[in-house]
Amino acid sequence: MAKLLIHQEKITDAKALAMICPFGAMQEKDGRLSINAGCRMCRLCEKKGPKGAIEYVEDKKAPQIDKTKWRGIAVYVDHVDGSIHPVTYELLGKAKELAGKIKQPVYALFIGSGIKHKAEELLHYGADKVYICDKSQLEYFKIEAYTSVFEEFITKIKPAAILVGATPVGRQLAPRVAARFGTGLTADCTILDIKENTDLVQIRPAFGGNIMAEILTPNTRPQMATVRYKIMDAPKWSDTATGTVHELAISDEKLKSRIQVLGVTKKPKEKTIDGADVIVVAGRGIKKKDDLKMLEELADLLGGQTASTRPLVEAGWMDPKKQIGLSGRTVRPKLIITCGVSGSVQFVAGMNHADTIFAINNDPKAAIFKTANYAVKADIYDVIPELIQKIKTGGKAL
Amino acid sequence: MKILVCIKQVPGTNKVEVDEKTGVLKRNGTDSKMNPYDLYALETGLRLKEKYGGTVSVITMGPPQAKAVLYEAFAMGADNGALITDRKFGGADVLATSRTLSQGIRRFGSFDVILCGLQTTDGDTAQVGPEVAELLDIPSVCNVQRIEKAEQGSIIVDMDMPHDIETIKAAFPCLLTVKKDICQPRLPSYLRKQQTMKKDIDIYTFSDMEDKDEEKYGLTGSPTSVQRIFPPISDKVQEHLEGTSRELAQKIYATLKQKKFIAG
Repeated sequence: MAKLLIHQEKITDAKALAMICPFGAMQEKDGRLSINAGCRMCRLCEKKGPKGAIEYVEDKKAPQIDKTKWRGIAVYVDHVDGSIHPVTYELLGKAKELAGKIKQPVYALFIGSGIKHKAEELLHYGADKVYICDKSQLEYFKIEAYTSVFEEFITKIKPAAILVGATPVGRQLAPRVAARFGTGLTADCTILDIKENTDLVQIRPAFGGNIMAEILTPNTRPQMATVRYKIMDAPKWSDTATGTVHELAISDEKLKSRIQVLGVTKKPKEKTIDGADVIVVAGRGIKKKDDLKMLEELADLLGGQTASTRPLVEAGWMDPKKQIGLSGRTVRPKLIITCGVSGSVQFVAGMNHADTIFAINNDPKAAIFKTANYAVKADIYDVIPELIQKIKTGGKAL
Repeated sequence: MKILVCIKQVPGTNKVEVDEKTGVLKRNGTDSKMNPYDLYALETGLRLKEKYGGTVSVITMGPPQAKAVLYEAFAMGADNGALITDRKFGGADVLATSRTLSQGIRRFGSFDVILCGLQTTDGDTAQVGPEVAELLDIPSVCNVQRIEKAEQGSIIVDMDMPHDIETIKAAFPCLLTVKKDICQPRLPSYLRKQQTMKKDIDIYTFSDMEDKDEEKYGLTGSPTSVQRIFPPISDKVQEHLEGTSRELAQKIYATLKQKKFIAG
């Protein structure tokens, strides 16, 4: 077992050395250092401390696995009743790129019931082989049964790496599979690359996105990673589909489950602004209540919600639940477009953590421009109808 | 009903920065607290006990000081607790953590329901729950947003899925990870805090594990390894868009498209 040895005689300033530990796992007592169970073996003390003070000891090298026995990049096909989640195509695109670098095939694993006819589609997005397990027992997502099918697939195909969409299904299925194979799983990767020896380079945000970590799974196969939707680029649908579809057999015994799906209820469409990915905000630049329809149309086209600043709520034009700011809601959408909003401190405090901020205002001195990523100095009544027209003719919202 | 809640001590803040010169993590203070998501799992456990009777146990893994979260759970109403701690467990990734935790749970007792928070605020992976279930060979349901009822030998819950809610009956023993909207956690009681301040807890080290293969724990037992950490490249831009309204609409459209808010 790897461990850290402390050479007390080489330590000049024990307190300073203890400070290096980001996990507070080094304790200094009477000038002597000790390491407690908080140690995460990041080895920063070895690297950053006085030379030789901390020694990393690896008492025996683990035997190296034969990586050539694991070939290809596999993608788990995420779907609801056969309608394939677009994250699947994005992952197929990434898998194709990675597989191209090591000249290995791209696989897709498709599990469900009554899904056979959809498999063809995956070939058009670059899958070389689609493995399909179509059984009535797999109609609903039952974690044990799905894990068993995944196990059959891995045992039979031995892929070097598996990419899974970080959807509610993928996020619970991938860990069970990884634990069954005793392999590594990196959550929510934002950048993926591959080395010649088929080691997957996985980069993900840590500590709430405040730092980035590069992670390898150097001596275990298959390597597993989850990726959120809209992180990778989807490939274009291609006319030519050279790949093939194969059936993956599994015994009924393995599909037994200790969970039962009693029923499925459709969720009402999300109407609150708290969880919305896209928000279009109306400010005092809106001249009359009826004009809000224009913003609603824009929000609909972008698959989002409308919201407003406080004056509009006070005027009774907008539901108080849709007010953003200190006296309203705090939102953190992926995209926010403020229309005719001046940008008071109280308002900005409720939305400045949005990923992308567009501000449209005809006053060049509007405070909102300081917060905006894209400051658009224009009259909302000119530019928004143009934008709506543009989206209608140019493409639909994702 | 025998209920176990897995809890974790996390840094009080995740505002960390990387010193660009040295690559060392700069942390402001060493405050720590119970992972906020775990409060919902604990509250769910306490409510199940109130309704159906039984016990609520809590378990955590970490350095000796992590036992603070056990006492926090006692003040909220948990009945007993266990801490898994050993330097041999240090540097564990998701898999090695899940192995240690599942071994600790086996040592602690047998439970009908194991509850976990959806994720932690420091690791942020949401993977340890399902991995523990796999290693204990029990069914798991993630994203639970409502407990309908418990029956003889099983529990009926609502799992939140993207387009619908699945009502699921899971046989005991099972593991559930719960969402934040499942309930509102109670505040710790001062009286209970006073009463449980000196409560004994179980402490498990490597020698208490049933599986004594050192290679399976800590850094050595972790299949993943962090190669380097670096500050994120900020893509925060501040751009002024200018032009006629048609040109502006075109620019906004192109940016939205590039950022994948519009298909095409």
